[in-house]
Amino acid sequence: MYGLKEDLTAELPSKYFSLEGYEKGVARWCPGCGDHAVLTNMQKLLREKQLDPAKTVFVSGIGCSSRFPHYMNTYGFHGLHGRAFPIAEGIKFRRPDLHVFVVTGDGDCISIGAGAWIHAIRYNMNMTVLLLNNEIYGLTKKQVSPTSRIGTISNTTPDGSILPPINPVQTTMGVANVSFVAQTADWNPAHMYETIKAAYEHQGFSFVHVIQRCPVFQGGLVDELTSNKEAMVYLEHENGITVSEEIARTFKQKLTHDPANLSAARDLAMDDTKVYMGLFYQNKDAPRYDDYGASNLGFTVEQKEAALNHELDKFAI
Amino acid sequence: MAYTTETKTMPATSSSKATKINEHIVEIVSDSGEGAQKCGQSFAAISAKMGNGVWTVEIIPAEIQPPARSREGASGIRIRLGSEKVTNMGNEADLVIALNEQVPYGRIHQNAYREGTTMLLENKWATDASEAVQEKYHAAVADFKAKGYKVIEIPMEQECLKIVKNARKGKNMWVLGMLSYIYNRSIDKGETQIKTIFRKKAEAVISANLELFHSGYTWAEANLDFQYEIAPMDTREELVVMSGNEAIALGILASGMEVCSMYPITPATSVSHLLAEVIKNSGGLIHQAEDEIAAVGFAIGASYAGKTAVTITSGPGMALKTEFLGLASMAEIPLVVVDVQRGGPSTGLPTKVEQGDLLSTLYGQPGDVPKIVMAAATIEECFHFVILARKLAESFRTPVYILTDANLATGQQPFPRPQIKKDWFAPPIDQSPWKADVKPYDWDNQTGLSKRPIPGQPGGQHTITGLAHTSKAHVSYNPNENQEAANLRSRKFAAFQKTLNPPHINGDNKGDLLIVGWGSTLGAIEEAVEMARSQGLNVSSLHLRFVSPLEPGLKGIFSNFNEIMTVEINYSDRPDSPQFTKENRRYAQLATVLRAHTLVDVDCYSNVEGQPLTPNRVLGVIKNKLGIE
Repeated sequence: MYGLKEDLTAELPSKYFSLEGYEKGVARWCPGCGDHAVLTNMQKLLREKQLDPAKTVFVSGIGCSSRFPHYMNTYGFHGLHGRAFPIAEGIKFRRPDLHVFVVTGDGDCISIGAGAWIHAIRYNMNMTVLLLNNEIYGLTKKQVSPTSRIGTISNTTPDGSILPPINPVQTTMGVANVSFVAQTADWNPAHMYETIKAAYEHQGFSFVHVIQRCPVFQGGLVDELTSNKEAMVYLEHENGITVSEEIARTFKQKLTHDPANLSAARDLAMDDTKVYMGLFYQNKDAPRYDDYGASNLGFTVEQKEAALNHELDKFAI
Repeated sequence: MAYTTETKTMPATSSSKATKINEHIVEIVSDSGEGAQKCGQSFAAISAKMGNGVWTVEIIPAEIQPPARSREGASGIRIRLGSEKVTNMGNEADLVIALNEQVPYGRIHQNAYREGTTMLLENKWATDASEAVQEKYHAAVADFKAKGYKVIEIPMEQECLKIVKNARKGKNMWVLGMLSYIYNRSIDKGETQIKTIFRKKAEAVISANLELFHSGYTWAEANLDFQYEIAPMDTREELVVMSGNEAIALGILASGMEVCSMYPITPATSVSHLLAEVIKNSGGLIHQAEDEIAAVGFAIGASYAGKTAVTITSGPGMALKTEFLGLASMAEIPLVVVDVQRGGPSTGLPTKVEQGDLLSTLYGQPGDVPKIVMAAATIEECFHFVILARKLAESFRTPVYILTDANLATGQQPFPRPQIKKDWFAPPIDQSPWKADVKPYDWDNQTGLSKRPIPGQPGGQHTITGLAHTSKAHVSYNPNENQEAANLRSRKFAAFQKTLNPPHINGDNKGDLLIVGWGSTLGAIEEAVEMARSQGLNVSSLHLRFVSPLEPGLKGIFSNFNEIMTVEINYSDRPDSPQFTKENRRYAQLATVLRAHTLVDVDCYSNVEGQPLTPNRVLGVIKNKLGIE
């Protein structure tokens, strides 16, 4: 019987982590910012999974969303603009015991960090990645982002931006060795929770695109999406991300999509008339670079000494 | 017959016809891809194994495949060997083997040869199908003779074709055989060397190369009327011989570091070639990142997670890594950075030597970023400094930089076999519970030092940041906190400097002139100072290993000399040329640092010719400074 040992005593976890155990400080994001909802959901996920805060590391770059690690009572690394991925990869490389999360924004990931992002997808190391995309630079006060729509008026594009946005979901699925791509939105916390849970459970690089409000600099953006119920499409599949019936009922549009089908997933990502919510693509068999990283751990000093002596012999006169 | 030097061999001593000499400088020059370096490295290894002192310098063109028979395409190697320890590449070559008549000009432009240099020249060009080539060949031979070289034309191609179909592959081993005769090397050791370097090749390849080696040896024995004997060094020490980059790779093994995160860049890359083969046997891994920035970020991530890592690069890579290096200092994350310097700025001289990264390493980041910077002066130091760097990085919670250069990277030198100590290797990472009352930056007010919690340690949770932060690792919003944290980050290095000894002075501790150097110029400077002192000049030298913090006592040492001058391989304005004056002159990099730190009027000599300094060049500088000749 689960939880009971032969002498019928219960196998209790040595320590139970409450929600408060994951909380730290008061988040300094603007009222109404989508980041708050992500933070709350993440703390809930860690409690449900009972992740040891000492074995959990949140890594971020620079930007509003990258303040995230400061509000988690885990280990955290608030890094450089665009460089969360290499740091997270280095952390995970020789520490398979650590749970690694990356929180990044549209400027951090898609603009200055684009090179590291593309390669992080290919490395496919086991980490959960949340891209909090509000389509604008917030921390530096309203500059256009590579995900801003054509015509975005910002402090650096006073006459409206002229280039089409980069679609993070589409781009991610264009990279070799992609293994998990999902999309959710900050105004549907229940869907977001199930999405980040599925992402955490995936063994590999789980990329979650969170469509998000910036009430201060992109106020109208989400109103348009939330008011047009027809535009939001719930992706259904037995291997996809499933929400409760109550939440599923809030979607006017539903579509059955097999997350094993990469070309269908790419077609959905290309469709800019709709926003698809759920799991676009998953491949549980993609090679993982962290498997290589964990491949020869635990050598003793004696083994290292023998290896060095062996090499010195080759150079001996 | 042509196969003779003009000066006849000295009458041989009774037991041998070989001329006894103390040292010789040999060069092999060829087109790229003819294996001159493999031949020279093998010759050096055989010589070292026979007990000679050895120093090698590779001659590398910038392109992978420069045009054949071109002066700028000269590729090859110099080997200086002697019956005492050899510390630098020396002056002009005594014997040159050239596989065509154009490539020596690349070296003649660098004053590498002298009147009396023996040149063993491939003669196949004399009968080349192209008349233009024949003409060039004859013109060059006449020119070489006019320059006073002893030219011996040798049918290398013809002899090799008796054994292999394509003499281009294999001529180098024929040359190795010829050299082995000339310097009376052991045939057994030559055979062993060939079996080692071709160990991954088919049996047929090994036997063909052995045959070529024997053919070269036999041909030389039958046709050359000179032979040299260089006695072994008088040492009973167990020695190893390797290049600086190989020494760094093995130093990484010895330090116990398990992660080397790098991106390919000349001349640093070959460290990772050896390391990739051997680190897996020692419980470590190499990560080739997508770029220089990611390489250092990855290393910082691994270090932060308790596995102190090393990143290896050269100047352009250092420039790209700058922001991350500032973060590592700000967040106090241990890290080892090896910069194998090359000619700069920008892409510069990728395969050539320069000591041009000192100032950018010291001051490259925005804000105040104090750090430890060491400069290896010998190949042995390349090995030992990595071990020291890992320990210092962890003890002082800081990036530690090791500067080497293209000269050390590819040069080979024997040194005493390291006697391994168990405490060289990094201990397992601490995962014990973190004491609740100890902050993540629990700075000691006297030393600035603090212990760091490593992910996995229960109760040590904190978020590190490149933002100004408090001792609790919280973002700082108070101006005094930033001032105090900066004070403490600097204080660590003042505390470290207290543990350093004053530098050793080579020569008397007072005199007319003190030459100050750093890095790979050690051997050339000390040889020049020795020559100067034997000529009665009152000169000493001092060589810095720690350039940040500086070794203590410099101002006091300087006060005992009339003149202080650095000798470096980097740029400085020459005060006697247009526009430059003593007031507006920009000094060489170490001179700039020493002037700022000591307020002593330190002069400098430096150049950016991309060549290692020769002892004669330094001697000329010394004499010029003292107003002699």
